Amino acid sequence: MSLLSLRDLHVYYGAIRALEGISLDVNAGEIVTMIGANGAGKSTTIRAISGLVRPRQGEITFDGASITNLPPHQIVMRGVSQSPEGRRVFANLTVFENLELGAYTRRDRSGIVGDLERVFALFPRLKERMYQSAGTLSGGEQQMLAIGRALMARPRLLLLDEPSLGLAPFLVQSIFEIIQDINRQGVTILLVEQNANQALRVAHRGYVLETGRVVLADSAANLLRNEEVRRAYLGE
Amino acid sequence: MRFWVNRLLGVTGALALLYAISVWATENLQEYYFKVIILCGIYIILAVSLNLVNGITGQFSIGHGGFYAVGAYVGAAWTVLWQPEAARALPLLQLNTLHGHIVNLLIALMLGAFAAGCTGFLVGLPSLRLRGDYLAIVTLGFGEVIRVVLLNIDAVGGARGLIGIPSLVQSGNLGFFWVFLFVVLLIAISRNLLQSSYGLAFLAVREDEVAADATGVNTTRVKVTAFVLAAVFAGIAGVLYAHFFINISPDTFDMNTSIIITTMVVLGGSGSITGSVLAATFLTAMPELLRDFKEYRMVIFSTLLILIMLTRPQGLFGHGELGYATFQRLIRSGRGKTL
Repeated sequence: MSLLSLRDLHVYYGAIRALEGISLDVNAGEIVTMIGANGAGKSTTIRAISGLVRPRQGEITFDGASITNLPPHQIVMRGVSQSPEGRRVFANLTVFENLELGAYTRRDRSGIVGDLERVFALFPRLKERMYQSAGTLSGGEQQMLAIGRALMARPRLLLLDEPSLGLAPFLVQSIFEIIQDINRQGVTILLVEQNANQALRVAHRGYVLETGRVVLADSAANLLRNEEVRRAYLGE
Repeated sequence: MRFWVNRLLGVTGALALLYAISVWATENLQEYYFKVIILCGIYIILAVSLNLVNGITGQFSIGHGGFYAVGAYVGAAWTVLWQPEAARALPLLQLNTLHGHIVNLLIALMLGAFAAGCTGFLVGLPSLRLRGDYLAIVTLGFGEVIRVVLLNIDAVGGARGLIGIPSLVQSGNLGFFWVFLFVVLLIAISRNLLQSSYGLAFLAVREDEVAADATGVNTTRVKVTAFVLAAVFAGIAGVLYAHFFINISPDTFDMNTSIIITTMVVLGGSGSITGSVLAATFLTAMPELLRDFKEYRMVIFSTLLILIMLTRPQGLFGHGELGYATFQRLIRSGRGKTL
C-alpha cells in the first residue's frame, strides 16, 4: 500500500486553475520525482500535500488516513515535512534556532538531540555555523539548512521543492547525493525538480506534469529513456 | 526544592523592594515628578505589550489605544457603577479600608484585563487573514470604533467621561508598587517568551509565516495568543491609569494615543523589549521636560523623532537587548582588548 496517495486533486488560486485532477502515489522507501515546466503545478502539489493551500476537490491520503483538509501543523505532526521552494529559512534567527523550529512539533528531547547530530553529520557546514544568523549563509548553505530543518521533524515523508535551484553545479551534485543518503536512512522522498536529468537519476519513479495534469508516469529509468521526455525536459 | 525556596525569596525580596521604593517616592518626590514616573510606567506596559504583537510576532497593529480604553472603562465601571451595589451585599467590598481598596482594585484589574483580552481575541481573528497595511487599517479602525462607542454610552458619561473614580492605585502609597509590579511582570513574560522554544514560534511567524506553517508552527494560535496577551496588559494599563489619574474620557484614548504607543515600539526597535521600555520612558518624559519651551515644545519633540528615525531607522536597539548578557559580553570584550 502506498504511503502517500493523491486522488483527482483540483486546486485553484482564486479563479485560476492550478491543478486539474492530479493523482499520484508514493510508496514507503521510495524517492519519487515530479518534473515539468514552470507553472505545471509541481509546487502547488507540494503546497496542497502540506496543507498550505486547500484543494477544491480530491483526496490526499497519508499512511491510510485522509489529511485533505488538515491545517499544516497537524500534517507535520503526522510525519510529512518539507523544504519549501526558495528555501525560506528564518533569516534573522540562528542556524541552531532554525533547526530547533524544525522540531517544534516534537516533545522527545533525547530524540531531538539525536536528530540534530544526524543533521550535522549530513551537513557539517551547518555545525560550523550553528550560532550564525541564517540570513548570512550562502545559497547552498541555506538549502542545506532548509533540508536539515525539515529533517528535524523526523518525517516519514520528506517533500523537497526545487532543492537544487540557484546552486553552483558542484553543490547540485552533492545535494543530490545527500538526498540519496537521507533516503537510505529510511525517509521516503517526494522531490520536485526542474533539473529533470539529476532528479531522474536519483529517483525510483517519476511523474511528468503539464498544465496541472499528470501526462506521464513511469519508472525513472524508463523516463530517462523516453524520447518525449528527453526532448522536452532533458534538452536533447 | 532549593530552587523554589530561592525563587520564593527572590519574589518576596522584589516585592519588598518595590514597596519600599513606592513609599519613598510618594513621600519624597514632588507630586508632578511622581505623576510623570507613574505615567512612564503605564506607557512602558503599553509599549512592551504592543511589542509582543508588532515587534515579536510581526503583526502591524496600531489600535492599541482601543484595548487600553476597554481596560480603563471596564475597570472604572466596576469601581464607579457596580461596586456600590456589590458592597451593599458583601461588606468585604466596602471602600472604607485599605484592604477594601486593594480587593476592589484587584477586581477592577481582573475585569479590565478580561474584557480587553476578549476584545483582543476578536481583533486578533481578522489578523489571521490580513497582512501588513491592511491589518494596520483594521486595528486603527477598531481603536476609533471603541472611542466612538464610549462617546455614546451615557452610563459612562459619554463625552464628559467618567470622573471622580476612587484613587485605588495610590491608596496606601502603593501607586508606584502596582504600576511597576505589572511592568516587571510583563517584562519577565516577554523575556521568557523570547528565550523559550515556544517563543521561537512567534519569531518564526514574524520572519516568514509560510515557512513557519511549513515547519509545523500553529500560526493561527501564535497570532491570537500574541494579540490576547498584549490586549490583557493594555487593559491592565487602562485600569491603573483610570484609578490613578481618577478621570477618564474617550479623548484620553484617541488615535494619538494609539499612534504614540506604536511610535514607542518602532523607535525602540521592533522586537526589542529594552528598546520599548526606553522609548516609552523617553516619549513620555520628553514632552514634560520640554515644557520650558512652551509653544515650540511639540515642534522640538517631532524634530527629535525625525532625527532619531533618520539616524537609526532600525530603532534605537534594532532587535538587540540590553541586559545582563550584554554586560557580560562587554566585560569579556574589554578583557580581550587588555590582554
